[in-house]
Amino acid sequence: MVSDLMKIQISVKNFNFFYGKFQALRDINFEIPERQITAIIGPSGCGKSTFIRAFNRMNDLIASVTAQGEIILDGENILKLDPVTLRKKIGMVFQRPNPFPKSIYENVAYGPRAHGIKNKNQLDEIVEKSLKDSFLWDEVKDDLTKSGLALSGGQQQRLCIARALAVEPEIILMDEPASALDPIATLRIEELMQELKLNYTIVIVTHNMQQAARASDYTAFFNMMPDRAGYLVEHDFTQKIFTNPKEKLTEDYITGRFG
Amino acid sequence: MSRKLFAQKIQNIKDEVLLLGSMVEDAVIKSVQSLKTRDVKQAKQIYQHDIELNDKRFSIENAILIVIATQQPMARDLRQLASMLDVISELERMGDYAKGIAKVAIKLENVDLRIPMNDIEKMADLAVGMLHKALTAFINEDSQTASQIPYEDDPVDRLYEDIYHQAVELMMSDPHNIDNANLIMWVGHNLERLADRVTNICERTVFIATGELMELEVDEEDDEMDFE
Repeated sequence: MVSDLMKIQISVKNFNFFYGKFQALRDINFEIPERQITAIIGPSGCGKSTFIRAFNRMNDLIASVTAQGEIILDGENILKLDPVTLRKKIGMVFQRPNPFPKSIYENVAYGPRAHGIKNKNQLDEIVEKSLKDSFLWDEVKDDLTKSGLALSGGQQQRLCIARALAVEPEIILMDEPASALDPIATLRIEELMQELKLNYTIVIVTHNMQQAARASDYTAFFNMMPDRAGYLVEHDFTQKIFTNPKEKLTEDYITGRFG
Repeated sequence: MSRKLFAQKIQNIKDEVLLLGSMVEDAVIKSVQSLKTRDVKQAKQIYQHDIELNDKRFSIENAILIVIATQQPMARDLRQLASMLDVISELERMGDYAKGIAKVAIKLENVDLRIPMNDIEKMADLAVGMLHKALTAFINEDSQTASQIPYEDDPVDRLYEDIYHQAVELMMSDPHNIDNANLIMWVGHNLERLADRVTNICERTVFIATGELMELEVDEEDDEMDFE
């Protein structure tokens, strides 16, 4: 359920996903609005991460996976696109900050270089803009040659966000981006998300329901069927999900009465 | 049910809200009694009880804020806690109405006036009965019962009108009665307002159960006596 006023960026249609014979996701149908933050919540093992990893074909790296159905982005089925082209459109930020063991500058310039940009001035501009957009510039501008690994956890995560922004994606996927961060760094990431949504569509997987409630516009609640296949229980405005969800299962989950 | 401690905290607060409600019921009944028997001592006790009642309201408010801050309640739990904040403030105002009636009892201690005690007592019984039912429905989250209770307000309003006219007659029969008969109008007014506020509690019960904030308006026509 997405407001009619919102432009849809991604449409997921009859999506099923298998690891070998094990079905991890079943019949997922849902729409992700453009330039909004959509949070995906649900118990461990319900397929949240598998689901967003399907968006930029991260699961392709695992042997014997099968994806059925459609994930439509800009009129094309993601599942049939070239992964390299796709990943320029969809950036990803992971649970643990994972900067490359290179300088701050090189971390951010890596993506644009991989996509063929060689001009130094152009790369300088991209690095500066990406670091500014990820709210890291003021803290690192005096020494961009410093190793990315020398930064604090929160700074490293913002560096990873800058690295994702450098290739100018349309969508940023975040898989528990703040779970390894302290509360202050977490709030900075959430503030940053509010800035980023002006230009990007954000999909975030989080175990932290307060984070979903604070930071997202829409929330999707996933659960597991008896055979452990994940499915979508409810998708609605975040404020609706956290004040008066339609489904009892959602209510039980968000009020901590689950299982 | 995996949040036993949290559920216990909410239950404790509900128990306290019920206790506050029974303090209010007691205060209203005693205030009317003190008016009937012109018992100034009892009327003054209601003043003291009102201080305790206000303290109780603040302690419940504090307990609710602590649970909200530390337990991050969601959905129905959140609606319940937010509603209890609202209900305790309604109860506190009702306590003030009882105090107002006690004040009238003190003022009329040595006054020879034909107070329409019969109607006042009936009105108090009806209003307190509505409050009792509304609080029971609130605690049980029984929105069906809650949405019917406001219909019981009509007899209360009719009694208020009767009391009002009797007070006017007292004024007309002897202009010296004007100030004191005006106090009788205030007694009727306080009981009428109390019954009205019961509707607000019922609205919160519906809100907890359905998530809908709506007025339980039962007046089909505008009440000529109502200028609010």
